Amino acid sequence: MPELADLARSIAEQADAGAGEQVEAYVAQGRETSVRVYEGDVEFLSSSDSAGVGVRVVRDGRLGFAWVGALGEAAAAEALREARDNARYATIDEHAGLAEPDGVEPAPLDLWREELAGTPTDEKIDIALDLERRVRQGDHRIRQVVQTDYSDALRKSAVATSTGICATSRKTTCFVSSYAVAGDGDETQTGFGYSVGRAAGDLDIAKAAADATERATRLLGAKKPPSSRLTVLLEPRVTATVLSVLASTLSGEEVTKGRSLFANRVGEEVGVAHLTLVDDPTDAASFGATPTDAEGLACRRNRLIDGGKLLGYLYNTHAARVAGTVSTASAVRGGYRTTPGIGGRAVCIEPGDLDQEAIVRQIDRGLLVQSVSGVHSGVNVVSGDFSVGAEGLMVRDGALAEPVRELTIASTLQRMLQHVVHIGSDLEWLPGPAAGMSLAIADVSLSGA
Amino acid sequence: MAEQGEVAATDPIVAADLLQRVLGAALDRGGAFAEVFVEDRAATGISLDDRRVEELSSGHDRGAGIRVVVGETTGFAHTADLTETGLMAAARAAAAVARDTGSGGGGRSVALGTPQDSRPPNLVQVLPADVAKATKVELLLRADDAARSSGNAIIQVSAGYADSRRRTQIANSDGLLAGDDRVRTRFSVSCVAAGDAGMQTGRETSAATVGFELFDRRSVEDVAEEAARRALAKLSARPAPSGVVPVVIKSGSGGVLFHEACGHGLEADHILKDSSVYTGRLEQLVASPLVTLVDDGTFGPEWGCMTVDDEGRPAQRNVLISNGVLTDYMWDFLRARKQGRQSSGNGRRESYRELPMVRMTNTFLLPGADDPDEIVAQTPHGIYVAHLGGGQVNTATGDFVFGMTEAYLIENGRVTEPLRDANLIGNGPDVLSRIDAVGSDFGMTAGTCGKDGQSVPVGCGQPTLRVTGVTIGGTAGA
Repeated sequence: MPELADLARSIAEQADAGAGEQVEAYVAQGRETSVRVYEGDVEFLSSSDSAGVGVRVVRDGRLGFAWVGALGEAAAAEALREARDNARYATIDEHAGLAEPDGVEPAPLDLWREELAGTPTDEKIDIALDLERRVRQGDHRIRQVVQTDYSDALRKSAVATSTGICATSRKTTCFVSSYAVAGDGDETQTGFGYSVGRAAGDLDIAKAAADATERATRLLGAKKPPSSRLTVLLEPRVTATVLSVLASTLSGEEVTKGRSLFANRVGEEVGVAHLTLVDDPTDAASFGATPTDAEGLACRRNRLIDGGKLLGYLYNTHAARVAGTVSTASAVRGGYRTTPGIGGRAVCIEPGDLDQEAIVRQIDRGLLVQSVSGVHSGVNVVSGDFSVGAEGLMVRDGALAEPVRELTIASTLQRMLQHVVHIGSDLEWLPGPAAGMSLAIADVSLSGA
Repeated sequence: MAEQGEVAATDPIVAADLLQRVLGAALDRGGAFAEVFVEDRAATGISLDDRRVEELSSGHDRGAGIRVVVGETTGFAHTADLTETGLMAAARAAAAVARDTGSGGGGRSVALGTPQDSRPPNLVQVLPADVAKATKVELLLRADDAARSSGNAIIQVSAGYADSRRRTQIANSDGLLAGDDRVRTRFSVSCVAAGDAGMQTGRETSAATVGFELFDRRSVEDVAEEAARRALAKLSARPAPSGVVPVVIKSGSGGVLFHEACGHGLEADHILKDSSVYTGRLEQLVASPLVTLVDDGTFGPEWGCMTVDDEGRPAQRNVLISNGVLTDYMWDFLRARKQGRQSSGNGRRESYRELPMVRMTNTFLLPGADDPDEIVAQTPHGIYVAHLGGGQVNTATGDFVFGMTEAYLIENGRVTEPLRDANLIGNGPDVLSRIDAVGSDFGMTAGTCGKDGQSVPVGCGQPTLRVTGVTIGGTAGA
């Protein structure tokens, strides 16, 4: 990867130090393959290389940014020129500035599997075909396997600044998924199964297939239940979704801008006593693991909630300066086209002692939530209002009962943290910025018939 | 990208003779169809937050996506290198799928026709690229002032300006040569208001497939005041009820209802894979007879409009549901070809890096005969939804959700107390059959539609209407 780092450095070095100018270059390169199969045939096969550069310039307390979807000197020159011009129009901000080395050494993470680069395309196609076959044969009620996908990516990036940062990272990822429709008479239900890893060998095809099949078939016969107030038991992937949302409310930027429902609450009991929340991108098992953040600072373990008590927030360099603290190395960016925001990468609740089955046995009347929908439209991270579509299985007297659909579950994020009754032992790292585990939350409104 | 030179507006991005050679190379190993999609996109974004213009960003992207279809299989590759070398390499990569089919090969020469004469749905009056950055910045500062002047309870304002110009060129082995030049401008404001019961949010967006004249259509102050009003109105909001209630949805509140309840389910890719509740229901009654639903890519200058789609097919007006009867689905090139018919101009892609698929453009319900005020007056008890957020649908089961971001109780035919945000959930065909009043008013809104990882701009519209029963996902008793 020296070439990416060299390119980033060569751009950063052009900063006009005499004029107090700072320059940051973020350079990214990726190779992706994706395969979709349908009814035993390849529906499409796509292979692509992409690369680009994003440049931030800070001058006289003003920030400018520009990106170009190409690498090379011409692209770099265009991005730098535009970023400089853009910086002329921003409002002066005494806190504007790039990250500076803070002495924290990056964790030695091995997130690259060279064998992925050499995996033949045919092998990838076979993985997808194998998964589709297994889903189809998993249950006679599987009526359609709508799409089965294999995709992988090899990604490298480098960030360099005129303030002395130079960091590189590289990572391989591999993902397989299948979306199945089960039918019984006129009725249809759907199930989604997947597996994720760093190379093809990490993928658990059998589990992905069983998930898709079981999740579709176990909902057959689902009815809309009557409205009530009960305990919901979130399945690991639903919990991961909720944790991602929760992490966004702990962004230091939202806090300093007065938009977080957790602002000014450090030291307060925001959750039940057995709730401990951390974001640790140095955990190699997490999908979001990375040695350095989007500004080039070494990632670290950040404790956010400990024993129910709020300890602090996530910061990038700018938000930390505004708040009078230091960055938690939580700068994230969606590629070279965006500037660094703030986000969790490996958000996780400390697991409990019981597995999902054991938790079900503890619940008299509840709902096992298999999937949720409308998270972007029904969760307000400023007010805390939480209302999402859901489907799953009712729980009665400690056992799973009839399937239900077309219902919503609602509460507020604040209340949900205070009503966590069981945390599962079944920790599972999923694609996305959070871990999954079974999580039981009491006193949630189910809205149905 | 080998060259970074400026390209004049009227120049093709890649010369036609080169496109022709690339198509020949793409078919070199066989294959029934090949296509080159070339794109040049420039975008500007400015954000204001916490009283400061935080960031000006500009970006430039160009590249080509090449696909080759062999039997049921599509091979795809893309490149940011628009030289002959780069395009030929991508063509060979896309053609690699033809390898095992034994379909012969030997290549085929392609003769491109003259570019199709298609009429753009609207003309751009002021190219945003010709407007000074300082002028754009000024808009944000004005919006901040207007929002903060709306009430002392407004504690935070963020605003965003964005413009983009996307030029495309599409050539395929059927001889098609077409292109488009789309300019879009967007302005949005988000406000946070604080009161005794916590914080509330309000958001408003103005966006169209136009240039800087967007701001002649609607002032930034108007957008800002609407966002602030929405946040302030909710300060005294009570929890939404739970259970099934009659719902009146205001015109132009974000026609996401139809986008989710049936729009996605009428996309031919779902239909051909039997993963839509609307499969096999052509010419059947799928909605209340009051429902006539149209998808229209020529409905300029709305957010989802275009001259030709991303497969070179001219945009057109498609009636999907007529007086409650399902008349047609939406089609892209591949799905249409499989059925031996023409595309309906619904083949779209986020960028040259992706394959096209069936997507909506501007989807809307035609107005009816009812007086909008009377619809409310004739509703003894229910919910009045003045503004909707996004939504999501499972096309195979028809279950969908949509979020309300400004809503009120209806009591004795009058709009009364504001309600906190919540999702509503329903089943597409069921909700469509329960529409019992359609107003004579009409309004469109701009949105972003996500499908299979790709986002595209879409328009949604509808008159004021009533659904006799939808499940509302609040926390209070109904």
